[in-house]
Amino acid sequence: MIDTGDTAWMLAATALVLLMTPALGLFYAGLVRSRNTLNTFMMCLAALAVATVAWALVGYSLAFDGDGGLLGGLDHVLLRGVGFEAREGTKIPHLLFMVFQASFCIVTTALVSGAVVERMRFGSFLAFAALWSVLVYAVLAHWAFGGGWLQAGGTLDFAGGVPVEMGSGFSAMAAAIVVGARKDYGRQALLPHNSVYVLLGAGLLWFGWFGFNGGSGFSTGRPGILAFTNTLLTPACTLVVWFLLDVLRDRRVTAIGAATAVIVGCVGITPAAGFVSPAAAMLLGAVAALPSYAVIVWRPRTRLDETLDVLAAHGVAGFTGILFIGFFAQEKWNGVADGLLFGDAGQLGHQALAALVAPVYAFAMTFALLKLLGLATPLRATEREEALGMDVVQHGEEAYASGEGAILIHDEPPAAVVP
Amino acid sequence: MKLVIGIVRPEKANDVLEALYRADVRGVSLSRVQGHGGELDRVETYRGTRVQMGLSDKMRFEIAVSDPFVEPTIDALCEGARTGEVGDGKIFVLPLERVVRIRTAETDDDAVTPVGS
Repeated sequence: MIDTGDTAWMLAATALVLLMTPALGLFYAGLVRSRNTLNTFMMCLAALAVATVAWALVGYSLAFDGDGGLLGGLDHVLLRGVGFEAREGTKIPHLLFMVFQASFCIVTTALVSGAVVERMRFGSFLAFAALWSVLVYAVLAHWAFGGGWLQAGGTLDFAGGVPVEMGSGFSAMAAAIVVGARKDYGRQALLPHNSVYVLLGAGLLWFGWFGFNGGSGFSTGRPGILAFTNTLLTPACTLVVWFLLDVLRDRRVTAIGAATAVIVGCVGITPAAGFVSPAAAMLLGAVAALPSYAVIVWRPRTRLDETLDVLAAHGVAGFTGILFIGFFAQEKWNGVADGLLFGDAGQLGHQALAALVAPVYAFAMTFALLKLLGLATPLRATEREEALGMDVVQHGEEAYASGEGAILIHDEPPAAVVP
Repeated sequence: MKLVIGIVRPEKANDVLEALYRADVRGVSLSRVQGHGGELDRVETYRGTRVQMGLSDKMRFEIAVSDPFVEPTIDALCEGARTGEVGDGKIFVLPLERVVRIRTAETDDDAVTPVGS
């Protein structure tokens, strides 16, 4: 039975989530040096290409066909059997459910690129992204959303703390280790080249996140409305606390810090969005700022060139959000389960299990995948190419070409214009 | 006194700065320039338009030094900027008639000697 109201909202929500991938491209492009602007943005667009294809071929089926413990089935390979009838458990067409879930897979795959920008070869990244979207994302999505063992065991994950946030964050850590640091990392200051892109990207990500969380109830019913509301409240509180932390650390509130806080807040509420009261969501916003801020301050002092801090912003904040459900879930608001503070200590156990298993799987699988891929093809550009910048080397374009001194090349004489 | 002008690859500018610092050469002006010195042209494609980029981005160092510092400065520029490929750049050394430090009105060698050395 299809509900037209639900369907209309989910069509819009899907489009909102799709906007998050180019928004992430903008966010990431602003954070890198100018000579890597296009390559960084292109990695996000690449996810739109290869993760979508992999999702339609096999990813969706492995994530959402049947409720096997570890993996879904193969009955929806090439989207076989995905049509206009309502998806089980929802009142929206199965096709729409599939596209909504595809938009999650795409943006998550794009997120991982933040660990390897400014040095990974574009071709290797395409291969990695296609494989990662199936081997890591689809598997974790099945565990948390598709009826796999975590969901069946009682773990609550509203919009993707397991597959999206911890999945990308801990994969990013593994990718940074395997691909290795940029040649100038730790020797020179490698600064964001356009902070306005970063702020604009963060703003558009927040906008898209209303579809991401608000759509994860698959309806216009209570969970969706609660999630939508919390998607405003949590990041606002994270911003306030982040401002305070910035002031304590350096007496000034920073813009790139603020953009980061928006992401951390959105990530923190993602798993909990439809499960906790608005007041608890505000507390989560404040709490989530602390561990992510600490990791962001600590990470650049290490040899780990996890370049755009996907681990801190997504892995750690997702971890915080997943655990938070175990304390603050409230049946009065979500109609499903109570957390420790409302009388069910068992829920915290289910959440802690997910918070342990998802990082381990994401890290180990990504590590193995990149090591194997590295045997087949070089993962990174040469030092000289890195120095020239990935835009010119990988794409033969510049983000900020002036055109001065550029001479037109005519492969053949221009066709005569017929009057 | 000489004015040493070094035109180097932008990606080597930081290495040059490090080398100059190690050679105790302070007082540097830097500017971005575009130029052509016989290196191979780069081809870029924008939609249907293919172009040959005739000018390359370079960094131009201008360093005014007293005579004992001329050779160390040249050595530092070479050491920091050399890759061995075509396009590493050039160094020009020009005689310098007069230097004035605006703040103190010191002139010539005193004016190109860094404060506190």
